[in-house]
Amino acid sequence: MILPTLVRRQRASLKATLLAPPLALAAAIILNLILYSIMGRDPVAVVYAMILEPFLSWSSFSEVLLKTGPLLLIAQGLAIGFRAKVFNIGAEGQFILGAIFASAIPIWFPEATGGWIWPAMLLLGAIGGALWASITAFWRVKLNANEILVSLMLSLVAAQLLYYLLLGPWKDPNGFNFPQSVMFQYDAMVPLLIDGTRVNVSLLIALALSLAAWVFMQKSFMGYKLQVGGLAPRAAGYAGFNEGWAIWLSLLIGGFAAGLAGAAEVAGPLGQLQRSISTGYGYAAIIVAYLGALHPLGIIVSSLVMAAIYIGGDNAMVSADLPIAAVRVFQGSLLLAYLVAVAFVRYRLEWPHAKAAEGSAP
Amino acid sequence: MNAIEFILAGMLAAATPFLLAALGELVVERAGVLNLGVEGLMAVGAVIAFIIVYHGGGHFLGFIAAGFASAALSLIFALIALGFRANQVATGLAIGILGQGLSALFGKTYESLTVKGLPKIAIPGLSDLPVVGGLFAQDIVVWLSLLATLAIWATFAFTKTGLVIRAVGENPKAAHAIGYPVIGVRVAAVAFGGMMAGFAGAYASVIYTPLWADGMIAGRGWIAIALVVFGTWLTGRIFLGACLFGAVSLMSLAAQATGLDLPSQLLSSLPYLVTILVLGIISADRRLLKLNGVASLGEPFER
Repeated sequence: MILPTLVRRQRASLKATLLAPPLALAAAIILNLILYSIMGRDPVAVVYAMILEPFLSWSSFSEVLLKTGPLLLIAQGLAIGFRAKVFNIGAEGQFILGAIFASAIPIWFPEATGGWIWPAMLLLGAIGGALWASITAFWRVKLNANEILVSLMLSLVAAQLLYYLLLGPWKDPNGFNFPQSVMFQYDAMVPLLIDGTRVNVSLLIALALSLAAWVFMQKSFMGYKLQVGGLAPRAAGYAGFNEGWAIWLSLLIGGFAAGLAGAAEVAGPLGQLQRSISTGYGYAAIIVAYLGALHPLGIIVSSLVMAAIYIGGDNAMVSADLPIAAVRVFQGSLLLAYLVAVAFVRYRLEWPHAKAAEGSAP
Repeated sequence: MNAIEFILAGMLAAATPFLLAALGELVVERAGVLNLGVEGLMAVGAVIAFIIVYHGGGHFLGFIAAGFASAALSLIFALIALGFRANQVATGLAIGILGQGLSALFGKTYESLTVKGLPKIAIPGLSDLPVVGGLFAQDIVVWLSLLATLAIWATFAFTKTGLVIRAVGENPKAAHAIGYPVIGVRVAAVAFGGMMAGFAGAYASVIYTPLWADGMIAGRGWIAIALVVFGTWLTGRIFLGACLFGAVSLMSLAAQATGLDLPSQLLSSLPYLVTILVLGIISADRRLLKLNGVASLGEPFER
């Protein structure tokens, strides 16, 4: 069988690193358009609704920016852990706990007023996310349990906890039995950033924390220790870098960022605690982190792309009759395409017949 | 029927989705590969089987098609994780997301529809025993799953195939040096795991709770992966673990029936909480994991 083999490059290819995300995006778009055609949808209409429309009007682009905020926050936090080879895939649960913790203030003190409320909610949400993640950290460090499984299970538990609150103690008594809390007071809302849109200050916070993540990972000794732990665990051990410390730090940062995102969601566009506070942000952010090459600056771009996919998916559901599940299919195939593309950063393809021809030449 | 009889009678059926998926993942991990996409593979199997049974294709055809569909999806995992040597954690997650998305896409027009399950086959005599009698009246797939458990145990314990799979997982370089096709064995293991996950999903959607609903796998694929750790990569212990989870998922039903005033969300969380708890207890014994674990798990093979 003539199959090409992967040959390790002398050094990682910068060109392949930069080309991998756009190529993966293009491949995912083509594959999904083929799928939509098979499903009997008009691919031109889907392209228009999904890819162009989010950028064609200021109002829909502002919605893209609105969705960028939580994805950016969560992905920055996760990427730090992924670089240290700590696979926290429970950001969804940490996001939910952030939303719950933040909601406690306006739900318990609906009459409270003052400019302190929304910052306190964001802070409390971030702490809530970090606390939820600390369960995973404890299980991993003290009990040696796999953090992937524990963090995911905790996300499923978090969803049940949210339903319990919304159907029980925190249900809006005048809400016609809908699983949602009361609407929050004005001071519980994060101030708007751009008038006439729903984009709020939390996007600036996400950008500022992205910058902080960049400084932390590229310039600080702590960030360096984390990365060495991920790349060369043995070397990190010899250098005296503590593995348990790296796991705690990774998970707490990830939980803090995801919790903050959850808080910003209820204190922002939603204005109340609802059953559907997250449309899979915690899982989508994993893809955002990888697509941004786990680099703080790359993640800014990839979170914008993923946000556009969400808005485009919503558009296509309305105008091209595409089921919303198509967004999940797109997300999955995008990550797969990226993983293939990124193989060429470290490897190049070598065709066996070319080699054989060389060998047979006199 | 009291709660104990209820749990004994239903435990094996409730355990079957966990058991089939975990047995598949056991073979995959023994070959040194970590496929975290089980949840998505089960979802695809579930929806394919449901569609076929709904349109009158019958349970047999439904299971076969589910096995093929999930095996095909798991081969995409194999291509990317083994062929392109991508990070297995990320590839598995992507396959999981893709599989769940595809299942929702295919199943959209079947949401909340139901089909007929399968009749129970009772072992004469045994099934009339008091209290434990219910254990001996199960549908054909449960009986076949028990056979599959025995077959996989025997394969690892007695056959050369089992030995080769373990060699590939423990020391791929040595296995390659003595001439075994490491990548070939791993691809075959992944396809087998995918097929078993497809059967597990099919059992969930056309026999255990014969209806289709988006998200109906509800974490069972993840629990199956955890079961492989609980069972410390040993077939018999994985079977016991699956029975435990079958019982736990029935306990929430039994608790509601006895009128215990607990929030239903707490009962729904019970399997997840038990998973977290048991994972902590088993993993805390580092020697146990080291002794039975697979040495090259999750690492790509390079000559």
